[in-house]
Amino acid sequence: MSNRYEFIEASTDGKLGHISLNRPHVLNAINQQMVLEILAAMEEFEVDDTIRVIVLTGKGRAFAAGADIDEMANDGAIDFELRNQFKDWDRLAMIKKPIIGAVQGFALGGGFELALCCDLLFAADNAEFGFPEVNLGVMPGAGGTVRLTKLVGKTKAMEWLFTGKRITAMEALQYGMINRLVAKELLFEETIKFAEEIANQAPLSIRFIKESVLKAVDVSIDEGMQFERKNFSLLFSTEDQKEGMIAFQEKRKPNFKGM
Amino acid sequence: MYETIKYRTVNQVAWIAINRPDKLNAFTEQVNKEIQHAVRKASRDSDVRCLVITGEGRAFCSGEDLGGVTDEMDHGEVLRKRYNPMVLEIHQCEKPIVAAVNGVAAGAGMSLALACDFRLLSEKASFIEAFIHVGLVPDAGNLYYLPKLIGHAKALELAILGEKISAQTAKELGLATKVVPLDRWDEEVTAFSEKLAAMPTTAIALIKKNVKASWNVSVEASLENDAQAQRIAGQTIDHKEGVRAFIEKRKPVFIGK
Repeated sequence: MSNRYEFIEASTDGKLGHISLNRPHVLNAINQQMVLEILAAMEEFEVDDTIRVIVLTGKGRAFAAGADIDEMANDGAIDFELRNQFKDWDRLAMIKKPIIGAVQGFALGGGFELALCCDLLFAADNAEFGFPEVNLGVMPGAGGTVRLTKLVGKTKAMEWLFTGKRITAMEALQYGMINRLVAKELLFEETIKFAEEIANQAPLSIRFIKESVLKAVDVSIDEGMQFERKNFSLLFSTEDQKEGMIAFQEKRKPNFKGM
Repeated sequence: MYETIKYRTVNQVAWIAINRPDKLNAFTEQVNKEIQHAVRKASRDSDVRCLVITGEGRAFCSGEDLGGVTDEMDHGEVLRKRYNPMVLEIHQCEKPIVAAVNGVAAGAGMSLALACDFRLLSEKASFIEAFIHVGLVPDAGNLYYLPKLIGHAKALELAILGEKISAQTAKELGLATKVVPLDRWDEEVTAFSEKLAAMPTTAIALIKKNVKASWNVSVEASLENDAQAQRIAGQTIDHKEGVRAFIEKRKPVFIGK
């Protein structure tokens, strides 16, 4: 797949679909066009049968240092309302394939929100997260107050959002915001190793697990249980379930096909 | 560009010398800021592979300039604004840092030496935990590094009793890498730091990182840190050179990459 994007690079490698933010000279500051491109690439991977996991990274020193302030400095409230630009972010959340983010350097503001759109996060030891919007007299607008709060709870979310303070990679690990903390030199290597591991699991299991976990975050235990049960039952209509259980009985490795 | 320190680089070593000899190199806000700036500069300079922090004249550093202490002073804020960023800059530096303790290192001056990776002591150098004598607490990382270097019991003895520790005693406690006779001081400090500068710099950075991390992580996490560090070191030119030199029975030439 040749790259036809201006602000990102998208490519495939085996079962992995790679998206890399590509404005390194501005620390990958996110503009509206970039979000549309990320969305376009993700939706393409979503319907590509060969792709099982999406890996999101940033080129250069940072993951993404924030939104493009120049783009919005002169906007009014009605501009935002009519443009309704955050609907593109809502669509990112509808991607059903697993998304693994690899964060080095800054993931600030919109960059942090984009990281929070990932299902799993690997971070380099130099990673720093934060919502500095408050220092500019505004607040996060692409899910920051929602996703961070769901992730770490009200107490720390409020503190970090009020102060705009940077969250170190170590703190992010302690609060369960990231899955792994790795040496910066090995970030991509380790992320890809892990992504390949997930890519070799039964794709429909991964799909329904993701759906169930995301549901569980938002609904009552009872509703979550019912949802899980349906998905569990559904997997018993797949070939991979048969293959997985036969392979287990025959003491061999399963060969999953995603059907 | 600096007023209270001297900065020069020679043979891949960055020399940072506190330069207020008439005040026994006592800290002022400017000294804190200039050391912090110089350490950052050396960290980012790819030609630098070792740092030395020392003092001009008789003293290494006599700590905070007590002439500046007032009733209104918020001691906590002084630390947060001046000392803590300086100590963190040193702590986060990936390159080896040698404290060349040429004379007395008192109070926060001792803290500065403790934050470094190696302490070379002149035979007339000494450490004093001076804080207790003015009713204060060792600060600027002192109580973080000291027990790690010499153990809990000895750290309490030094911090609470506040006795002057001679170079020889410091060596026995494990606070000094080496005690150097006066007439060989310049030569030995230079040789030691230039030797470090000629070593495999990436491996040193990784060793520093994992030793620091070892205080806070489980054995499982530490073993994983080993694996990651070795993966990185295993890809360096210096590793390949080291192996080749071993096979060819010659001394390796490391370039720090």
